[in-house]
Amino acid sequence: MSALEIRNVDKTFGIEKVLKDISLAIDSGEFLILVGPSGCGKSTLMNAIAGLEPVTAGEILIGGDDVTWRTPAERDIAMVFQSYALYPSMTVRQNISFGLEMRKMPKAQREEAVSRVAELLQITPLLDRKPSQLSGGQRQRVAMGRALAREPQIYLFDEPLSNLDAKLRVEMRTEIKKLHQRLGTTIVYVTHDQIEAMTLADRIAVMRDGEILQLGTPDEVYNDPVDMFVAGFMGSPSMNFIPVTLVKRDAEYILRVLDEQDVSGTPLELPWPAAREVPALHEHVGERLVLGLRPEHFVEDEARMETVYDGTEIEVIATVVEPTGADTLLQARLAGHEVTVRLAPKTHVVAEDRVALRADLSRAVLFDGKTQRRLA
Amino acid sequence: MPSNVSAPATGERRHRRSLAGHIERVLPRLVVAPSLAVALFFVYGYMLWTFLLSLTNSRMLPQYDFVGFAQYARLFANERWHVAATNLVVFGGLFIVSCLVIGLLLAIFLDQRIRQEGALRTVYLYPMALSLIVTGVVWRWLLNPGLGIQAMVRGWGFEDFTFNWLVDSDMAIYTLVIAAVWQASGFVMALFLAGLRSIDDSLFQAAALDGASLPRIYMRIVLPSLRPVVFSAVMILAHIAIKSFDLVMALTGGGPGYATDLPATFMYAHTFTRGQIGLGSASAIMMLCGVLAILVPYLYSELRGQRNG
Amino acid sequence: MANMVRRHTTSARLWRGGLYTLLIVAALVYLLPLVVMLLTSLKPLDDIRAGGLLSLPSTISFEAWSKAWSSACTGMRCNGMSGYFLNSIAIVVPAVAISSFVGALNGYVLTKWRFRGANLCFALLLFGCFVPFQVVLMPMARTLGWLGLASSTGGLVLVHVVYGIAFTTLFFRNYYVSIPDEMIAAAKLDGAGFWRIFWRILLPVSGPIITVTVIWQFTQIWNDFLFGVSFAGFDSQPVTVALNNMVNTSTGVKEYNVDMAAAMIAALPTLVVYVLAGKYFVRGLTAGSVKG
Repeated sequence: MSALEIRNVDKTFGIEKVLKDISLAIDSGEFLILVGPSGCGKSTLMNAIAGLEPVTAGEILIGGDDVTWRTPAERDIAMVFQSYALYPSMTVRQNISFGLEMRKMPKAQREEAVSRVAELLQITPLLDRKPSQLSGGQRQRVAMGRALAREPQIYLFDEPLSNLDAKLRVEMRTEIKKLHQRLGTTIVYVTHDQIEAMTLADRIAVMRDGEILQLGTPDEVYNDPVDMFVAGFMGSPSMNFIPVTLVKRDAEYILRVLDEQDVSGTPLELPWPAAREVPALHEHVGERLVLGLRPEHFVEDEARMETVYDGTEIEVIATVVEPTGADTLLQARLAGHEVTVRLAPKTHVVAEDRVALRADLSRAVLFDGKTQRRLA
Repeated sequence: MPSNVSAPATGERRHRRSLAGHIERVLPRLVVAPSLAVALFFVYGYMLWTFLLSLTNSRMLPQYDFVGFAQYARLFANERWHVAATNLVVFGGLFIVSCLVIGLLLAIFLDQRIRQEGALRTVYLYPMALSLIVTGVVWRWLLNPGLGIQAMVRGWGFEDFTFNWLVDSDMAIYTLVIAAVWQASGFVMALFLAGLRSIDDSLFQAAALDGASLPRIYMRIVLPSLRPVVFSAVMILAHIAIKSFDLVMALTGGGPGYATDLPATFMYAHTFTRGQIGLGSASAIMMLCGVLAILVPYLYSELRGQRNG
Repeated sequence: MANMVRRHTTSARLWRGGLYTLLIVAALVYLLPLVVMLLTSLKPLDDIRAGGLLSLPSTISFEAWSKAWSSACTGMRCNGMSGYFLNSIAIVVPAVAISSFVGALNGYVLTKWRFRGANLCFALLLFGCFVPFQVVLMPMARTLGWLGLASSTGGLVLVHVVYGIAFTTLFFRNYYVSIPDEMIAAAKLDGAGFWRIFWRILLPVSGPIITVTVIWQFTQIWNDFLFGVSFAGFDSQPVTVALNNMVNTSTGVKEYNVDMAAAMIAALPTLVVYVLAGKYFVRGLTAGSVKG
């Protein structure tokens, strides 16, 4: 039995369909992240799970019970909001125990629960303060404490970290992961930040236009994207998309990189690894496809010897070099196309250089240029 | 903000809603229902009722033998209504323009980092807290030729000084303007001051760096950005002018004769003391039309502004 | 306006001097009626007849105040303003309390429990702010008669509540719009229902808007004349109507000092509120600035 199951949920505002036939199920103790650009329907889906917005069609089951038409209070869920939504007139202690009081828990037990979560989140010294006297990070902790005290079946997190500054965000991210590992809670977490999704999730649901495009582990979503949108959305810097023409020579598939500016010259040709061949490629010979290469799928030719790295030789012209400390990002032109390459930090490349690279095509992905779907 | 508006549920689904769900659906509507019913009856119902009365021949008591628009024909032929309507134009026009000019000047002057600004603001605004009846009583005393300002100035040795507008039927309407401006100009000042304060300081700094002088900055940059304030101030003041009744009753009583009658006093006199309910109702409907004539364009521009903003 | 480096020349100093002079003169003009009212109310009648609006009283006398309060004639009766002052309080207190409470509930529903047609509902209510009351006088007089509330304090309370709801709803709605919906969602998930959220979550943060609304309604209803003169009976007249009657009573010697003392009595409650809570008063004026 799933902790949460969503069956064929539709949601319509007027004539606009914001959720289209969403189905998913998560197990007890699982950490699911809904990720997507703003307006993709991820927050609407979360509000539907919480019961804050009625769905137009479909069912929502929590712990096997159909809760589709129950009020939020009757669903046994707790939620952490982006704005924290603490009650400003109450102290931290009252904020945390309010939900317990509404559920008629005796006072002694409430106090016990409050001190338990306060200890867990290290907010015991703050218990008698008002939310206005807390910093952003402290409010975030209190909001989590309010949810944890209730010990509900499911926790919902609605972009809980996006109001924090960058450093605190990373800290709290780790903290949430620790808590999840320790308490084994079931969590549905909404974010537009793909790094948060990658680092926290057991599974990720990538959404766009009210649909789930892909539901899978972080590894699957990152390395095995179903289409160009998922491939481009996950990962930073984004995957490079290079338009190519598929050619078959002898038994080998070749990707011919199109260079609009240099029509007369010899086009760059990249052999598609035999190990990655799929039958579907046969139907697309002669068509325009899109080759997807992540920035880390390149390596500088000079550095190759040190890392035992094989790959296809290519040459690019550096345009901008951006050291980030941990590594160096190189903006370069590959046969007329702008690409981003992640290089080792000690690189000596400067702008305007011709740089010899190796591209690891065994990890590359290939998309249909028209449907944007994954081919190989 | 349609985010909380639920889509209509089918009958079958509504049936499946939990009891608490049903209550949460119905309770909010039940809570506003009385207010809505009150508004429908006491505002819209009464508007219709008064309109119906204006189509009847009612005199001392309402009765419902309809005479079409005869009361409106009588109204427009009525000399006293013409005086009242003309007075409203004169009074309203002068009142609005004076309040705007005085309010704007005071606001700009107060916005020059003045010491004791709070105290001055309090002084300019306090008349707005008074009842118009009190205002009327006080100004009636001040404008009393025998004992008021005229007497005081004559007492200073200016024997020929004359300021007897209150008893001069050509000038009495202006005494209403004076008292009303005294009462409301501080309020307009507060509106403008709030508008000035919301202008970004960097606008002044940028203009100063461009070499613009202070008066120039106000003329070219500040005033245009206060346009919405002017708009709502005009709308509020016009509304006050159309409804003003108390001040006339207390200051001039509509006199001398009916020289300072306004539509509001005309309506009251005909409906309640002269036994002309039909005619009084027609004048009330004309006042409503006047308010709508101001309100509709205002709301239209407000709503359009919201959509663009 | 911006804090900038200014030239400290003679002309700049002259300009500042002129500015202050102008502002102070303006303040004196605004104060003049109040000062005259106060001075006159403290003068014996002989001083007044001797002239000089601004002359100080030869002896300060509170006789006019006491007469205005307890024995001056308003129309036929000679019991002073005291009874009417109490009438006004009897009208204002329940009318303010009821209309503010209803407005708070309406504002709560219209922002936090929105249903289909909520916007239309608000628009319909809001028009009550704009309607010229002359349109409702006659039907209201008939209705009060049918309800048996004609000429009664209860009738005036009803009238003020009915036409106050539009403003109180507007005030509370605009305030509650700025309270995040997420806070309400959190309370719903915590298990609180409609009333609990209102009492426990919303009302404790409504202090400022309650102050604004109560002050606004208090000033409006205390200062009302039109409804009072139209619907009140001899025993339920508010203080404004009594003041107008007193000033227009033409029997006997005209006692201007008593008139002014009566005007002061009628003005004092709102003036005191204004001095004590001017900030909220201004906020109410600008928020409810649709009102005439």
